[in-house]
Amino acid sequence: MTHLQPAEHQPFRLSMLIYDRRYRSLTIQAVVFIAVMLAGAWLVHNTLENLARMGKTFSFSFLWARAGYDIPFSLIPYTATDTHFRALVVGLLNTLLVSFIGCILATIVGVIAGVLRLSNNWLVSKMMTVYVEIFRNVPLLLWILVILAIFTEVMPSPRDYKGDNAAASMILFDSVAPTNRYTAVPRLAMESPPEPLTIAGTPISGTLIAFGGALLAAYLIFRWVRRRATDRQNATGRRPATWWIGLLLFAVPLAALMLLFKVHLIPPKLTGFNFTGGANLDNGFVVLVLALTLYTGAFIAEIVRAGIMSVSRGQSEAAFALGLRARPTMGLVILPQALRVIVPPLISQFLNLTKNSSLAIAVGYPDLRATLGGTTLNQTGREMEAMMLMMGIYLALSLLISAAMNVYNARVRLKER
Amino acid sequence: MSEVHAETVPFVRGTMLPEAPPPAAERGAIHWLRANLFSGWVNTILTFVGLFVLWWLFQHFYPWFRHSVWNASSMAECRTLITERWGEGAGGGCFGLVRERWNQFLFGFYPPAEYWRPISAFWLLFLALAPVLFTESRKLRWIVVGVASVMAFALSMLMGAPDPVLICLAVGIVLWVVLIEYIPRAALIVSVIFPFLAVWLLWGGSIWGPATILAGAVLGLAVWGALSRFGALAVLAGLAVAVLWWWFLSSQAAIDLQRLLPLELPKMESRGFGGFLLAITIGVSAIVMSLPLGIILALARQSDLPIVKGFAVIFIEFIRGVPLITLLFVASLLLNYFLPPGTNFDIILRVIIMVTLFASAYMAEVIRGGLASLPRGQYEAAGALGLNYWKMQRLIILPQALKVSIPGIVGTFIGVFKDTTLVTFVGLFDPLKQLADTIRATFEWKGAYWEPYIFSGLIFFILCFSMSRYSMYLEQRLKRDHR
Repeated sequence: MTHLQPAEHQPFRLSMLIYDRRYRSLTIQAVVFIAVMLAGAWLVHNTLENLARMGKTFSFSFLWARAGYDIPFSLIPYTATDTHFRALVVGLLNTLLVSFIGCILATIVGVIAGVLRLSNNWLVSKMMTVYVEIFRNVPLLLWILVILAIFTEVMPSPRDYKGDNAAASMILFDSVAPTNRYTAVPRLAMESPPEPLTIAGTPISGTLIAFGGALLAAYLIFRWVRRRATDRQNATGRRPATWWIGLLLFAVPLAALMLLFKVHLIPPKLTGFNFTGGANLDNGFVVLVLALTLYTGAFIAEIVRAGIMSVSRGQSEAAFALGLRARPTMGLVILPQALRVIVPPLISQFLNLTKNSSLAIAVGYPDLRATLGGTTLNQTGREMEAMMLMMGIYLALSLLISAAMNVYNARVRLKER
Repeated sequence: MSEVHAETVPFVRGTMLPEAPPPAAERGAIHWLRANLFSGWVNTILTFVGLFVLWWLFQHFYPWFRHSVWNASSMAECRTLITERWGEGAGGGCFGLVRERWNQFLFGFYPPAEYWRPISAFWLLFLALAPVLFTESRKLRWIVVGVASVMAFALSMLMGAPDPVLICLAVGIVLWVVLIEYIPRAALIVSVIFPFLAVWLLWGGSIWGPATILAGAVLGLAVWGALSRFGALAVLAGLAVAVLWWWFLSSQAAIDLQRLLPLELPKMESRGFGGFLLAITIGVSAIVMSLPLGIILALARQSDLPIVKGFAVIFIEFIRGVPLITLLFVASLLLNYFLPPGTNFDIILRVIIMVTLFASAYMAEVIRGGLASLPRGQYEAAGALGLNYWKMQRLIILPQALKVSIPGIVGTFIGVFKDTTLVTFVGLFDPLKQLADTIRATFEWKGAYWEPYIFSGLIFFILCFSMSRYSMYLEQRLKRDHR
């Protein structure tokens, strides 16, 4: 046995920066840091020089200037006299609207297609395979252009709906009228809306408060009821039925409020050469939603299929062997495991859909790219600021969605030892 | 046993009965129909809904295809022909457009006399890929190599390539195929050289331009090899030599060599690139360059060095968080701001840079997945063998990680290839929008909406679908390692 001598404390030499592992990582990081910073400084220097040569400054004050252009589709009141900032908000809201509706519809389409692709029915599963492969393997831009062409070239003009033997007829029980300029759909209206409440000087829509409050209250009460039911189940082994309580809790107040405010649908009606009464949805919006839905739906179908297939048959067999019926087997055994596989890629598809909504440029829908990165950029000539702002907003959206995904992932992660 | 009970058994069959056919309901078409289409009321309803949808599609689209006309040179002529043949009010496709303008969809405004160049570059690409992608199955490799060689040569001949070129092409292809089959390592080196050849074929000019740039890389590698015992310093020395060569000597060397031995193709403007030539050029160059970049980014993101990791995370998340369209606008509007005043380079090059950065972020995530899928034991074993970081990555980790990530890499490639159509928004002639609009703007083909979409959509589908099938095939092949 030899006794290990405690390592002698070596004096620091310069060569240790390269050859000693303890210091080498510091050296590498310092070199990388300096290199990246130098490259960054070089880019900033170039940019400043170029801006100076063109006589431009770097400032975001243009956001508060008068925009002076109209936006045909906006969720909040907007006129040409508003600021560029308000135009930006309008564009952002339009992007969010299209992404939100697209995500919901794409999930519905994707789940249906994915489940049908796994069905025993040969014909249907083959048809879904064709749908998925066709949409996945052709660029989204093509689908947008094709659907746009269908709307502008094939759809009738509003006047074709005129007369007793009209060239075109409305679809879905005479409620929707696609035309080559817009799609006329029914609109919800209230005859006696509640007064807006004024809280701390800002008026808040009474409708929002009434319906939001009713839904929230129903949700909280229903949660309490469910917890009571779980307690009962734990104590006695029998779970009292709660679904009818939930139905009543949600349906009755909503129906009462609707009666109170006299909510009704106004179907679109042809007056003269145009539809009035209902809402005339901009075709850019309809085309974009349809294309994004069908394209992303194909990807989601594959995700759903993979998720369901990832749960092995033994799981459902074991559940049946334990005496669970089909519904609890699905809800308690299959779905929780499948969702763990499905949700992360599903959310990244939502992310893709949100980013792809910038293809609104092909249909002329006024999204963030079209207002801030389009007309505002061209009018003010502030490419640098507008592009940076736009990329920052898209980045923030993406990071928010991925943050949500990370929270979910952490919650459902397999608890491994 | 049987002896004891022999007397009590009343009847023992001595021979087999002839096999009876299964009952009528359990065989043939009826059984198949019942099992696959009508196995319950839900299934029956689904079948009828499916049949209805098929019938509806057939009813709406079949007449249009049936009435289509191939031999017309304008929309007006095509419409007259359809009316003549199928009566008043009949609609049909005017695929005469495809017959007349197919070359524009494929090549944009590339001069027709030079079509052989992109064509041979495209088919030679498969020769370059064969040693990498088709190592698993000899038969498949032979099919790919054979088809690519024949197509490269035959199509070049058909497109009127000059005789000396054809001779060079034939000799080159034969040599290359021999290399692929007998000296795979050398074939890999040729694959690395191929991008320079492709650039020369596509853009033309003197061959010595790309050749001297390649020489710089070779020189740098040689210096690195010679000094390899100095570790990291050798890398720096190699890099310095290569940069010095490119900076000071390579352009002059190219000019001198060109004077000594003129080897030149007519120079092409990037503006002439269009259609699928543009899409494939951007897609392939982006993917080829993004692969090494993605590997470096993935390694950086997995490393223990917080600053390096931080930069990699910021870069990857930034690129993945913004739409490609905004990056393309950066390429067309802002890139000139970031570079020294007075720099102004080709828009295609700018777009390729941006798409490369875009693809490399996605590639990095795919490869990171591959790295993460390796068990820790691989790292520990490599460390126990005394390999340093780069040797460990090169010999142990990356070969396995890359193999696992090939399906993902192919998936990224499909995505990037589809996304190349977005270059239309910075004014390049992509096959879907700009070219279709240009053709539609001519007098003859005014109002041709569907034919361009069907034609380019079909080509996209064929290319992307075959790539996705290839990645599925690979997944099947690679599964065997992970049983």
